[in-house]
Amino acid sequence: MARTDPMGVGLKVLNRLAQSSVIDRFGLRDATQKVVYHGARNGFKAAGTAQRTFTKVRSGGQGARPSTSAPTGVFDLTPTDDQQMMVEVVEEFAREVLRPGAESAEAVNDTPKEILGQTSDFGLSLINIPEDLGGLSQERSAVTGVLVAEALASGDMGQAVACLAPSAVATAIALWGTEGQQQTYLSAFAGDDVPAAALAVAEPRVLFDPFTLQTTARRSGAGYTLSGLKSGVVRGSEAELFVVAAEVEGRGPSMILVEASAAGVQVAEDPSMGLRAAGLSRLALDDVQVAEDAVLGSVEDYREMVRLSRLAWAGLALGTARTTLDYVKDYVTTREAFGEPVAYRQSVAFTVADMAIELEGMRLVTLRAASRVDQGLDAAREIALARKLTAEYGMKIGTDGVQMLGGHGFVKEHPVERWYRDLRAIGVMEGAVLV
Amino acid sequence: MINLETPKKYRGFVKQVNEVATNFLRANSRTYDLAEHSYPKELDLLASLVDGMNESGQSKGAGAAGVRVKDDDKGGVKNGTNMSSVLSVIEMCWGDVGLLLSMPRQGLGNSAIASVANDEQLERFKDTWAAMAITEPSFGSDSAAIKTTAVKDGDEYILNGEKIFVTSGERADSVVVWATLDKSKGRAAIKSFVVPKSLPGIRVERLEHKLGIRASDTAVIVLEDCRVPAANLLGDPEIDTSKGFAGAMATFDNTRPLVAGMAVGCARAALELTRDLFTDAGIEIDYDRPAQSQSAAAATFLQMEADWEAAHLLTLSAAWMADNRKPNSLEASMAKAKAGRVGNQITLRCVELASTLGYSEVEFLEKWSRDSKILDIFEGTQQIQQLIVARRVLGLTSSQLK
Repeated sequence: MARTDPMGVGLKVLNRLAQSSVIDRFGLRDATQKVVYHGARNGFKAAGTAQRTFTKVRSGGQGARPSTSAPTGVFDLTPTDDQQMMVEVVEEFAREVLRPGAESAEAVNDTPKEILGQTSDFGLSLINIPEDLGGLSQERSAVTGVLVAEALASGDMGQAVACLAPSAVATAIALWGTEGQQQTYLSAFAGDDVPAAALAVAEPRVLFDPFTLQTTARRSGAGYTLSGLKSGVVRGSEAELFVVAAEVEGRGPSMILVEASAAGVQVAEDPSMGLRAAGLSRLALDDVQVAEDAVLGSVEDYREMVRLSRLAWAGLALGTARTTLDYVKDYVTTREAFGEPVAYRQSVAFTVADMAIELEGMRLVTLRAASRVDQGLDAAREIALARKLTAEYGMKIGTDGVQMLGGHGFVKEHPVERWYRDLRAIGVMEGAVLV
Repeated sequence: MINLETPKKYRGFVKQVNEVATNFLRANSRTYDLAEHSYPKELDLLASLVDGMNESGQSKGAGAAGVRVKDDDKGGVKNGTNMSSVLSVIEMCWGDVGLLLSMPRQGLGNSAIASVANDEQLERFKDTWAAMAITEPSFGSDSAAIKTTAVKDGDEYILNGEKIFVTSGERADSVVVWATLDKSKGRAAIKSFVVPKSLPGIRVERLEHKLGIRASDTAVIVLEDCRVPAANLLGDPEIDTSKGFAGAMATFDNTRPLVAGMAVGCARAALELTRDLFTDAGIEIDYDRPAQSQSAAAATFLQMEADWEAAHLLTLSAAWMADNRKPNSLEASMAKAKAGRVGNQITLRCVELASTLGYSEVEFLEKWSRDSKILDIFEGTQQIQQLIVARRVLGLTSSQLK
């Protein structure tokens, strides 16, 4: 494609990659062995083991905003050259690093710091941060975000979520932060040592609705007092900064910046069905005092955040579903029963056909939603439909994936049972990732 | 750059077609559903309007002939006549599927001519209304089992056989007949012929009474020693066993996205009406709140809308691939499979959601759920599409995956 893409992310990522040792995957495999198991420790404890001080910059002025791309008006399924390059890099990382490391990362309920370090080396958390704030982008692109999430999850969804979590917080501050909030926090994400950070939206109860929150921020003095319990918090014990969804007195549901070092902040590990490498945790807020300027964005921005987070989850679903389909294709064409490959039977072959059809459908719907975001069009409907499809058919692909392998799918000798557990997260999770 | 919105250059056109669909198709929808086999005379006026639009370029190349591959490759990403044709079919079938199928000079036979005819034939048949005749009493999906014969005799072929399920078989003025030159040579010997109905030896035997698309006539056609000029054979007259069925089947890669578009248009009509009826009844649908926290009706609607959106985009992307000369056989079948089944499921579910109001002829919901069934059957059933998709995805041949 001859078009010059204004975004320029791909080349910068390639450059960073060339300087890093990410492809030295054997080193990374060794690194995964060094991680200490800390899955089953229950009970809340203080958050942010590696606490840093964020030097507060006070300025309520409007922060810098990444621009969006100009619509072309042409129906087109071709990614830009930059997007294509970026996806190839991330896919290679997913194939060579995340996929081989998935089993051991899951076993220790965390993603190795070396792997997280590699993703910050190639600038994963900087994709949506404007250049003048130390980021990589001249234009923000939800399509790029979806393609990257898809590519990462094609290796392993759990580690993908861990890698994307700091990016979610950085993106939220870039999109909705004031000048002061951006200057206080974004430089840390643009530096060498990207802090663990988590976008905490979900709460542990049935029929959770992110627009009816039980976590509250009550007015107190010059700021707010925060109370409540959050769940689905990525790598909570490591996180140094949280963006917490709370019902803010006099405002409605909003995002609030909470530093892990604040008094009353506690985390507990919350190992779940899948996404174990994401180190899912609960975050307890017990009368945590935050300043007035800890509120991030407006109520409308909160709504937008919920949507963009769902879009990121849809992107993750695409990657894991694709990997499941590919694995099943190989299996059914080589596994024999009754003297021929099982794929020769229509009941098997048609199941695979439906997996392929539904994957293609949900992929197009997700990309349309993302491209509407990039064009500045209302994408509420399209994101809702993408979420619905990826929850429904992502899980169907996951369960058919196990089914097509029969008993072999049920045992850990094959990865389909992990993908099955990971794909159940789609439609359940809110927050955590963002495009 | 990834963008899945309706192409900007076709937005005005889509609006125009929607107005036509509202005033000519939807307005006469119930009349011809009830009066099966009577000729929808309103369509003559519409057809000449469409012909006029074609000549002035207003039609954006849409229509049955829009599937022809043209040599206008200027490089870059194209939104061309496959896209405009699919967009047009969606709007028209939002109006009425049966009436769209009855549009003069817009038959599936016209698409077949556009797909495989040479330039001389294209010019000679440009004003014909061509129906398509493949199926016979003894076979359906297995097109290779064709028994209708074509025997060369001088400058003519002599055709003999019986064809069923010929859409517009009575009203069209010619029929594209699939026949075999030599039964022993299998698929490669199957050729298609443009048979003008004015020729001696071709006759309409009877018309079917149907579940839906009643505005469209479905004929049984008999060929008895029907002499057809040799120049009416579409494509290569030689039997090339290495090519097998490819030539004739190429038509389907082009027409399947159109049939998928029919299902998409019909289902959209049902969704829109159901949404209006819901709004009147005070049922709200919220795209931000989780579906499971809303009413069961709203949650069902969201699921239907999501499935519809997937079918819609699969259809547009198959057309986009054709416009950009990318092989789209897999995507065309995916679109047809998804649109065919969800089109049927959606229309039937909308009847259920609307209770007796949906079941009654007072509204169109019951009609759309009768019309939609054929769209999961003709131009390749759901099961045939799955077979095609499965063979492609798994890399299996037709002898491995039967």
